[in-house]
Amino acid sequence: MRISGLTGQAQRAGIEARHTPAARLKHNRSRLSPQQSELGWSRAGGNGQTRRVFGVLIRIDSVTKRYPDGTVAVDRLSLEIPDRAITVLVGPSGCGKTTTLRMINRMVEPSEGTIWIDGQDSRRQPVNTLRRSMGYVIQNAGLFQHRTIVDNIATVPRLLGWSKDRARSRARELMERVGLDASLARRYPYQLSGGQQQRVGVARALAADPPVLLMDEPFSAVDPVVRKGLQDELLRIQDELGKTIVFVTHDIDEAVKLGTMVAVLRTGGRLAQYAPPADLLSNPADAFVEDFLGADRGIRRLSFFSAAGLDLLTAPIVAVDATAEQIARAAQGAPYLLVTGIDGKPLGWSEPGALTAGSVDTGRLLSYGRPFVAGEDSLRSALDCAVLSPAGWAVAVDGEGRATGVISQTAIAEAIRGAHEAAPGVGGTTGAGEPKALR
Amino acid sequence: MNRFFDIPSDLQHDWIGLVGLHLREALLPVLGGLLLALPIAQLCVRLRWLYPPVLWVTTVLYAIPSLAFFVVLIDYTGQTELTVMIPLTVYTLVVLVPAIVDGVRSVPQETLAAATAMGFGPVRRYVQVQLPIATPAIVAGLRVATVSSISLVSVGMLIGNQGALGNLLHDAQIYNRPELAWNSVLTTAALAVLVDALLVGVRVLLTPWMPSGSGATRTRKEATAR
Ligand SMILES: Nc1ncnc2c1ncn2[C@@H]1O[C@H](COP(=O)(O)OP(=O)(O)OP(=O)(O)O)[C@@H](O)[C@H]1O
Ligand SMILES: [Mg+2]
Repeated sequence: MRISGLTGQAQRAGIEARHTPAARLKHNRSRLSPQQSELGWSRAGGNGQTRRVFGVLIRIDSVTKRYPDGTVAVDRLSLEIPDRAITVLVGPSGCGKTTTLRMINRMVEPSEGTIWIDGQDSRRQPVNTLRRSMGYVIQNAGLFQHRTIVDNIATVPRLLGWSKDRARSRARELMERVGLDASLARRYPYQLSGGQQQRVGVARALAADPPVLLMDEPFSAVDPVVRKGLQDELLRIQDELGKTIVFVTHDIDEAVKLGTMVAVLRTGGRLAQYAPPADLLSNPADAFVEDFLGADRGIRRLSFFSAAGLDLLTAPIVAVDATAEQIARAAQGAPYLLVTGIDGKPLGWSEPGALTAGSVDTGRLLSYGRPFVAGEDSLRSALDCAVLSPAGWAVAVDGEGRATGVISQTAIAEAIRGAHEAAPGVGGTTGAGEPKALR
Repeated sequence: MNRFFDIPSDLQHDWIGLVGLHLREALLPVLGGLLLALPIAQLCVRLRWLYPPVLWVTTVLYAIPSLAFFVVLIDYTGQTELTVMIPLTVYTLVVLVPAIVDGVRSVPQETLAAATAMGFGPVRRYVQVQLPIATPAIVAGLRVATVSSISLVSVGMLIGNQGALGNLLHDAQIYNRPELAWNSVLTTAALAVLVDALLVGVRVLLTPWMPSGSGATRTRKEATAR
């Protein structure tokens, strides 16, 4: 076990300390045996913001890959890939991410070292059995162009000897799960958009309910909007199904958003840092990692702090039909007032002097930008709202979009300082387990 | 014109009979060629170094005039249809082998990786993924091979009466009946056009997964008159 950087060591201890005895006990039984894969283990959080780490399912043990032409693609890499979590491999082009991923399902055989799957040397089982227990998703989906969508998804169940009917009904079930309309079932891949094809790729990988998913830059060929949709979908599916996912990307934002653990590789196939994303952002192991994280890692790290604890002010909020007296009271100490409709939803900002009591001219209000949801969003969103708002104040809303309070940039900055002090290493979200990036 | 379909009795067939004979002598070699080309092509796909020498051999065989084949074969197979069909079979390889190899090789890398990752063994992958995806290219090769085979059957008249519709050319000369030559040429051309259209239909049926309007046009360049 070699993890570079002190954070890595500390974090590894962190993972293991978080096993509940019950989880550990269950984990002693094979995770890869089919009977076990249906067991519903208790899952922390449930809102997708906290993910409990159960144990190590895949152990990459001092693995080196030397291609026949002498290229060393991966150099003595050791990684412990936690069960039921998303582990992201990230790094510059050519750093050996694909090679590492393909060594897990033995599409590439390691030159040295061993990969342990659930405590067993991966070379000890027949290679096709191993591969069928791991879903594989790649860029551009790699769909079979000569088969319909249902038949594409039904591929692995068919290989496993399921009847055609059973495999197809399973395929239809999965189409629904990944958000594909049932009417697409009889189409061929060329009749689908890139985003839809990628969903088919994910459904196909999930078809035989494998415990492991290997994903190689699955979303990099689609536009940013579709990519975000696919990422959110993956997180939702992961919450429902609890797969062990190894995800390759060269996009650090994607890594931070999806990863429970993130492994940063450097050129030459060496591990630069292995840590939860919040740690990575706050404590990069060296200049290479820091450089790779990019300039705004401080801002991005705020994604890991919840906006729930912010001190929201309700005083500077007035309704459209506020009386002169109410306006005067609200104006004390606030340079701007937020005007809300009768339904409580924000309409815009105004200086108190510009408000006419009884009926406000809503056409003259200043835009309030994009509000944040106090219970769900992160400090990053809150700060973003404040920066975007012409008044310099952020508007908090509840789930129905009603204004619940406002807060100034200064107060948010205060809260950020407080959060950093409270949690110098790890982000301070609520709940057990690894902190996850909030929206 | 009423003598157009009046076939001299030395040919032992009426017009319909000649058409059937012609089709058999032309199509059986294509079928045989396909059966030979499939395993040869598979070998060439798996062993890359084998492809250039195999291509070279098929080209050299194609360059041997059919008359030379007949001279050698006639000692073994006599003045039979088989003597005509063996060289025709060999000639189809020059089109079919590259058509299959290129078709199979054009299967996208991602598709192959996905198949391997899902646990397809090499044979299953070849039969269930690579060959079906290569179908348009293979059919394109078959079209060229078939049309050239239909026109080549006529040389069978060189070994006496084995040229099917081609024998009409010979009879046109000896009986001084030019309409028989017209019959031979026009019927052969019509057969070629019909069989080609049929193959296009087969391709459309076999590949509902192809975007319409992007018909396979590869290997057309191989079409050469002999
Ligand atoms: N079959 C091969 N033979 C020789 N060298 C190879 C082979 N496959 C990959 N390499 C080399 O190994 C190194 C790592 O390749 P790999 O595909 O794992 O990189 P990657 O991190 O996935 O890059 P990218 O982000 O561009 O996909 C590269 O230098 C590459 O050129
Ligand atoms: Mg790669």
